[in-house]
Amino acid sequence: MSQVNLTINGIPVQAKAGMTILEAAKTVGIDIPTFCHDPELAKVGACRICVVEVAGARNLPAACTVPVAEGMVIQTETERVRAARKTILNLIWANHPQDCLVCEKTGSCKLQDYSYRYGVSGSIYKGQKKEIPFDDTNPFFFRDLNKCILCGKCVRKCHDINGVGAVDFMWRGFKTMVTTPFDVPIEESSCVFCGMCVDVCPVGALTPKQGLGQGRSFEVDKVFTTCPYCGCGCTLYLNVKNDKIVGVTPNFEGPINGHLCVKGRFGWDFVDSPDRLKTPLIKKGGQFVEAGWDEALDLVAEKFKEVRAQYGADALGGFSSARCTNEDNYLFQKLLRVLGTNNVDHCARL
Amino acid sequence: MKEALKCYTEDPFDYGPVDSVLAKYKDQKGATIPILQAVQDEYGYLPYQALERIAKVLKVPFSRIFGVATFFAQFHLQPRGENIIRVCLGTACHVRGGAKIVEKLQEILQLDVGGTTADRKFTLESVACIGACGLAPVMMINNDTFGRLTTQKLAGIIENYGKETE
Amino acid sequence: MSHRRILFCAGTGCISSGALKTRDALVSELEKRGIRDQYEVVLSGCHGFCEQGPLLIVHPEDTFYCGVQPEDMAELIDEYLLNGRVVERLLYKDPVTGERTSDHMKIGFYAKQKRLVLHNCGVIDPENINEYIGTKGYEALKAALKMERTAIIDEVKRSGLRGRGGAGFPTGMKWEFTFKTPGDKKYIVCNADEGDPGAFMDRSVLEGDPHAVLEGMIIAGYAIGADEGYVYVRAEYPLAVKRLRIAITQAEEFGFLGSNIMGTGFNFKINIKEGAGAFVCGEETALLASIEGERGMPRPRPPFPAISGLWGKPTCLNNVETFANIPLIIREGADSFASVGTERSKGTKIFALTGKINNTGLAEVPMGMTMREIIFDIGGGIRDGKQFKAVQIGGPSGGCLPAELLDLPIDYDSLTQAGAMMGSGGLVVMDENTCMVDLARYFLTFTQNESCGKCTPCREGTKRMLEALERITEGKGESGDIPMLEELANSIKDSSLCGLGQTAPNPILSTLRYFRHEYEEHILEGKCSAGVCRNLVTYHIDAEKCTGCRACTRVCPVEAITGDKKQPHEINIQVCIKCGACMEKCKFDAVILK
Repeated sequence: MSQVNLTINGIPVQAKAGMTILEAAKTVGIDIPTFCHDPELAKVGACRICVVEVAGARNLPAACTVPVAEGMVIQTETERVRAARKTILNLIWANHPQDCLVCEKTGSCKLQDYSYRYGVSGSIYKGQKKEIPFDDTNPFFFRDLNKCILCGKCVRKCHDINGVGAVDFMWRGFKTMVTTPFDVPIEESSCVFCGMCVDVCPVGALTPKQGLGQGRSFEVDKVFTTCPYCGCGCTLYLNVKNDKIVGVTPNFEGPINGHLCVKGRFGWDFVDSPDRLKTPLIKKGGQFVEAGWDEALDLVAEKFKEVRAQYGADALGGFSSARCTNEDNYLFQKLLRVLGTNNVDHCARL
Repeated sequence: MKEALKCYTEDPFDYGPVDSVLAKYKDQKGATIPILQAVQDEYGYLPYQALERIAKVLKVPFSRIFGVATFFAQFHLQPRGENIIRVCLGTACHVRGGAKIVEKLQEILQLDVGGTTADRKFTLESVACIGACGLAPVMMINNDTFGRLTTQKLAGIIENYGKETE
Repeated sequence: MSHRRILFCAGTGCISSGALKTRDALVSELEKRGIRDQYEVVLSGCHGFCEQGPLLIVHPEDTFYCGVQPEDMAELIDEYLLNGRVVERLLYKDPVTGERTSDHMKIGFYAKQKRLVLHNCGVIDPENINEYIGTKGYEALKAALKMERTAIIDEVKRSGLRGRGGAGFPTGMKWEFTFKTPGDKKYIVCNADEGDPGAFMDRSVLEGDPHAVLEGMIIAGYAIGADEGYVYVRAEYPLAVKRLRIAITQAEEFGFLGSNIMGTGFNFKINIKEGAGAFVCGEETALLASIEGERGMPRPRPPFPAISGLWGKPTCLNNVETFANIPLIIREGADSFASVGTERSKGTKIFALTGKINNTGLAEVPMGMTMREIIFDIGGGIRDGKQFKAVQIGGPSGGCLPAELLDLPIDYDSLTQAGAMMGSGGLVVMDENTCMVDLARYFLTFTQNESCGKCTPCREGTKRMLEALERITEGKGESGDIPMLEELANSIKDSSLCGLGQTAPNPILSTLRYFRHEYEEHILEGKCSAGVCRNLVTYHIDAEKCTGCRACTRVCPVEAITGDKKQPHEINIQVCIKCGACMEKCKFDAVILK
């Protein structure tokens, strides 16, 4: 692909033709703020926080949508640019609750980060604010649309990546909101609770319910692991504070999916559940009693033998789990065949 | 806003009209808006079930259809009056006193802009410009245009559309 | 007796003034007298002079009657048609001199116009293609189909035609970009989503001369290599849609549209898409989204529609008036076209004159005419002998220009420099009774309402600007409001996604530039000199003018007016709710605002 030469903040940059200003700036370590941009999603240029000054242009174009061109001279932090960004932040704050002290997003919130960067402390504009009822009708995440800045990343994820399209923009102008058809609670919509929207929300509009109040993003250690739920093997980070899991973050760079489903995203609470089985249980005298693995496996082997002797090998069957890896499943069917039967199945087939 | 979304449903719902509109437009590219227009012509508004059916047949998420239906001023999610009064508040009408016309109509009909009378006879709306600036201030009732309005003329005009004045 | 032609204006304005009833009355009176067959009664498109409707013109002598009612028809036939005696009282009366004029083109409103694009409007029957053909219609298409594609584009480039929709981008260049973009499928789109409140030229052209627009589109299609076109019309224009449909059917029957046009192997079809009520759809990318069946939210440019437009295909978008200029350019030649206008703005422009002006209507004038000529010579000056204060050009995206700029020659560049813009060409005239802060508030109410909600500066910023203006007009303004408004306006202008947001602050910036004192007066003195802002005025009765007729006391809803019969009355301003009913009722102008 052909190269174009341009300068950004006085630094000569060689970029691939077709790259956006944002991408070209990144190659030389210049960070331009963004809310609505996501490399995986269509470019919309909606939030306008990434505006930059391009010599010769009348207005300030959005770095996330404008492609680089030969000879372009770009400034990313001039007074004019900073003034526009401050106005945008002030405008967002004028219509956003100022409850950072208790907001779950504090520490990983882009609105906070950029307000810090540009010295904006709440809004200088007064006037009407959104008053949308809080939606906590589902077990997985809170929806506080008063905090929504309408970047639309959740909409694009939901439609273009997941393919469900549970929410979209509705109404227009100042009344615009991202919600379900007829604004029903998310639980009554076609949402499958994959949580992709929660993962990309740059502010505190969508936050997971589990782990609420248990740890700020800067207090947790990220432990890299593989999701135990199925054989897909999506990787993820467990957010751990004081040896307790308080949340999960997908590994967007992961070779498998990069996204999680409802189970991997929200189903981690079993780890520390008091109901979790940690040893085999054997029913003795009508009661389940804890047992060791050797005892349990011996019992299973013994019963298998009994059944095979009495009714033949085809009286046995094996039903494996999608939580096992391919290798585990391979070995499982091998075991069943060694026992002499082809009766083997798997829950994911149903 | 919630009020506007109150779900108006007719039970049992007659899918005939929406299905025949869909049959006519199904294979046309980008037909969402003409379909919504035609369906609204049939029912007088856009019922929940009709929107749901449109989404299903067009194989488009319901949310997307709903997003389009709420974007355009022409679409309505609840039944409207038999007669639609649209008062022009374009620039020419504004400088020639369009706002007073609206106020007077609100008084006569006891309605807010966007509202429908209890007997479903009238819906009062405002419109940005109907392009009849020469006759400002102007209003339309259904497809008839009334120009050079004064507040005194209004009651008489409305009466012709079945409003009993006390 | 020679065959005479009687034209009734059947534009939306005249129809709502009762033109069709008057036409029916004329026909029945003619029938009564048994002379129906001697007269050709035609419904034409808009004559532009909506103020005076219903209009009736008798050809060949071109006698112009206005305000014609059904009951006038018997007299018109007996006196004028049969005996040649002009019916004086139905002639146009000059608002300034009081003189009556029978000759159509000598009326001030028409005399200074140069009706090139509108030459058919009001002259032909728009529902009859033969009449269009009779005035050289489709000759340009015939000529174009014999030309090289690049030669057509060159001709349009050479003419200097710039887009009539607002921004004034050179039309020929737009065509060339679309022509040069490779692609198996290309589209022509005609933007007829005329949304600027106070502008109705596109509507009149569509209603009065739909074939000119179609011809322009077909030529554009041939030139850039498109085989399909869309006309995106506002749903509020039912008559335009109807006439367009008729025109398309007729053009197809005559072989100007469809397959193998005039035997050249060129195919072109035109579809109509009706809008659904969103001003932002006048923005080209929003318009395309709307045709595709999406929410009309603008998309970032680049890519421009010429590269990736409708359904991702190269698309050439022009507005109605632009397309209507094309047959003229091809037929008469680029040089002839370019001989009219200024250095950088060629040809004519249609303006919609509205507001506090005597002659409301549509006027087509050469680019470069001064506002004074348009407003005072064509427009007949300000109503009721009031003082001119300002003119708003270019709708909600435009700006307000003061009396000092009346001698400014109007073209794209001069207007932009003065802080307004050509826009679609709406000219709303304001007099001393217009409050400029209130006007800015009005425009912001409009843009705020029409903001699509996609980008932050427009969605949130127009709301905050509007709220500030509301506070000021309610007398709650603070001294910091003016610098705050200016800063906010400039940032919104700088950073918004589309033209709507980028131009939304113009009414504020231009009124602040030319009428800053009115803002200061509202904020610092709590006064509205124009007497518009209700919270800042009080109603009083001028004791000298008051006759004590009691009319006001009867309409006052709160019994704020007291006084004995035949004695000057008084308004108790503590009780008064400032509804204005007394002022409207008073026959002696005794109710005054302070």
